[in-house]
Amino acid sequence: MEEHLVDWSRAQFALTALYHWLFVPLTLGLSFIIAIMETIYVKTGNVIWKEITKFWMTLFAINFAIGLATGIIMEFEFGTNWSNYSWIVGDIFGAPLAIEGIMAFFMESTFFAIMFFGWDKVSKKMHLLSTWLVAIGSNLSALWILVANGWMQHPVGMVFNPDTARFEMENFFDVLFNPNAYTKFLHTIGSGYVMGSLFVVGISAWYLLKNKDVVKAKKSIVVAATFGLITSLFLILSGDESAHEVALNQPTKLAAMEGLYNGHDRAGIVAIGQLNHEKEIGDDKPAFLWDFEIPYALSFLGYHNTDAFVSGINDIVYGNEAQGILSAKHKIEQGQVAIAALKAYKKAKKSGDEMKAAQELQRFRAHEKYFGYGYLKDEKEVIPPVALTFYSFHLMVGLGSWFLILFFFILYFAMVNKLDGKKMLLRLAVFSIPLGYIAGETGWIVAEVGRQPWAIQDMLPVGIATSQISTAAVQTTFWLFAIVFTGLLIAEIRIMTTQIKNGMEGH
Amino acid sequence: MFETFELLTLQQYWWFILALLGGLFVFMMFVQGGQTLLNTLAKNEAEKNIIIASLGRKWELGFTTLVMFGGTLFAAFPLLYAVSFGGAYYVWMAILFCFILQAVSYEYRKKPNNFLGQKTYETFLYINGSIGIILIGIALATFYTGANFIKNDMNLSAWTNHTYGLEAVLNPFNVAFGMTIFFLSRVQANLYFINNLDVSNIVQKARKQLKTDALLFLGFFLLVAVMLLFMSGVAYDESGFKVLEHKFFWNLIETPVLLVGLLAGVLLILYALYITLFRDSSKGVWFSGVGTVLTVLVLLSLLGFNQTAIYPSLGDLGSSLTIENSSGSHYTLTVMSYVSLMVPLVLGYIYLVWKSMDKEKITSKEIESDHHHY
Repeated sequence: MEEHLVDWSRAQFALTALYHWLFVPLTLGLSFIIAIMETIYVKTGNVIWKEITKFWMTLFAINFAIGLATGIIMEFEFGTNWSNYSWIVGDIFGAPLAIEGIMAFFMESTFFAIMFFGWDKVSKKMHLLSTWLVAIGSNLSALWILVANGWMQHPVGMVFNPDTARFEMENFFDVLFNPNAYTKFLHTIGSGYVMGSLFVVGISAWYLLKNKDVVKAKKSIVVAATFGLITSLFLILSGDESAHEVALNQPTKLAAMEGLYNGHDRAGIVAIGQLNHEKEIGDDKPAFLWDFEIPYALSFLGYHNTDAFVSGINDIVYGNEAQGILSAKHKIEQGQVAIAALKAYKKAKKSGDEMKAAQELQRFRAHEKYFGYGYLKDEKEVIPPVALTFYSFHLMVGLGSWFLILFFFILYFAMVNKLDGKKMLLRLAVFSIPLGYIAGETGWIVAEVGRQPWAIQDMLPVGIATSQISTAAVQTTFWLFAIVFTGLLIAEIRIMTTQIKNGMEGH
Repeated sequence: MFETFELLTLQQYWWFILALLGGLFVFMMFVQGGQTLLNTLAKNEAEKNIIIASLGRKWELGFTTLVMFGGTLFAAFPLLYAVSFGGAYYVWMAILFCFILQAVSYEYRKKPNNFLGQKTYETFLYINGSIGIILIGIALATFYTGANFIKNDMNLSAWTNHTYGLEAVLNPFNVAFGMTIFFLSRVQANLYFINNLDVSNIVQKARKQLKTDALLFLGFFLLVAVMLLFMSGVAYDESGFKVLEHKFFWNLIETPVLLVGLLAGVLLILYALYITLFRDSSKGVWFSGVGTVLTVLVLLSLLGFNQTAIYPSLGDLGSSLTIENSSGSHYTLTVMSYVSLMVPLVLGYIYLVWKSMDKEKITSKEIESDHHHY
């Protein structure tokens, strides 16, 4: 395998995923807000709600188009850039993607046509149903992709087949009802709902600041801020549950999220702090230059027990006998035995030596648990980039908390009809739109960078998951993607801002 | 029910579904064909808008069918997915780029301040409809002619050259296959406009254009059919793989249902052309649509049945892929088979939505007054 191939493959996947994730949350959230607005129109018969609905639909369509453009790459990139991965786990991972197509994509794309072109072709109720089905379809799509992603974070319901040299599904319902998948799904759609709310509240606030389309803007704010307040609370609760799942199944990610090097009982959460960049795994230097810690909180949030032990990076790398944690070195050695046994098994099978094959299979099964570790070269490889994970996590949590406060005050002043005079609050609402995007992207970084070096947690490192192609080929497509997506993003922002500046009239 | 099926039965069932999806996708390519006819059929901006509006209400379904085809391939035949996409890298990436361009072009084309200008987005649509479709045809044709890959004992694959799939454009059969699909998409597009639009100028031009596109399509199709019937294919049995002369011809003869299906598909397309060109009918698209699905279904089925390799290896015959050595496990195919029972429901609501949206032909007046126009 060529040098840097893995890094460029990761970079390309990260690039396409981060671009895709700029557009998906807004689709998830705005689709429901539009459906609520249209429901009010159908219930009340007030045409102003129809105009409001149509305005937000226009912005939805602009965002939806580029979401599709970036999304098609994601599905095929598993094959183009991660073909070893596609074979080794495709038997499990492929199914949710196919089901997503049947259950979600067709629903979205079929009813999208009625949503946008069917106002005068179908009844009011049929149109409303179509709008809701587009929203449900978008969210169903998120469900299936997060069932797939949840399985990557916490693989369950499968067995390794040495004859085909791949993992095979053993229990679909274990994969489907994987707790990790559900916490991730709820937290992810929650972030989408908050993003949709920030978008509507922020743009409506801009109209109020400009004294333009005031009535429609205020009505939009009431719907979106209510939706945003409820979903912000939901986001925090689902985030707590998601962190609990991380603590149970991905302790390395949790240690990186918190910059925790030495594990201990009654661990506190670093609410805010600056990492010491000279700190290395295994040395005695302090992890933080300064920090503010909330005592017991990490043990409680991670394990729902203030006395619980939370393992740190050093425990994971070097082991902790008292807590029963094996060292990474020990796991790597076990994994190397499993790999050697698998190769010997395949050789024995090929030569028809069934007795030898049975022995090697037994040896493989005895060490199978750490099979993936055998491909790692250094024990420190098991730790993801700490600074990126730590800062992304804290930024995400801080912003999520701010959105809750913002929605509360916006909704309160909207309800007492004093929002017009709160210029600073309105400016903060406008400014919070990009913050919503930042929160979403940092969430993706925590989830995906935080589980490195694994493509499949503890089982398949990214190093052996890539396609065996030249680095130059990946570099070529990386830069093409970067140019095309950046160009389309500029186009999207310009079109969107022009539509917003044109106002809500005429919709 | 499905759990009692033999693994081979499930593998054949899933190859059939994949072939059906392939057929539906090629049918939906009338959208791409229409994109390449934009400047040919429209004499002014208003007519362009009508054509774009007509196609714009359908493009997403074709896009979704492509995604569905990819997802199904991944789930049912993960080794084929891994080997082809991970090896013919440049070809698949070029196809994906063409579809990225399509996804934004309808929505952004006429929007004020759209950064690249209307003409650029129309060029994007042309690229998607021409290069994108020809490359898909070439990529599919390699399932017959083979590709430059090898795989090891762990079923991990590698490409044997650094052109990563681009070498496929040097094979005459692959190119002829790509051109056949390209002209078929244009034939379908002409038939679709004749059926969907109530704008006499466009419809008249579409009828005229249909003659040229139909001739070119039939010419390339005949070439592909003759080449396919005389072509060698890779067969397999317990002893391994071997190259057999006229493999696809014998597949047709030994599987009469496929022969009947192919003849029926081709006759339906010819009938559609006949009633449109000589009987002034506007219903041709439905006959050619069914004919297209049937023909592609049979052509792809020729690969998956009768002990035939679905992806012959040009680097090492023993590395060739079949439905048996590249599929998902019995358990996964069983689960997926239950999910496939939803397909009639999906097709049902797509039919109902199309019916409600297309119950009246599109007129100039409707497009002018449409709030969400492309």
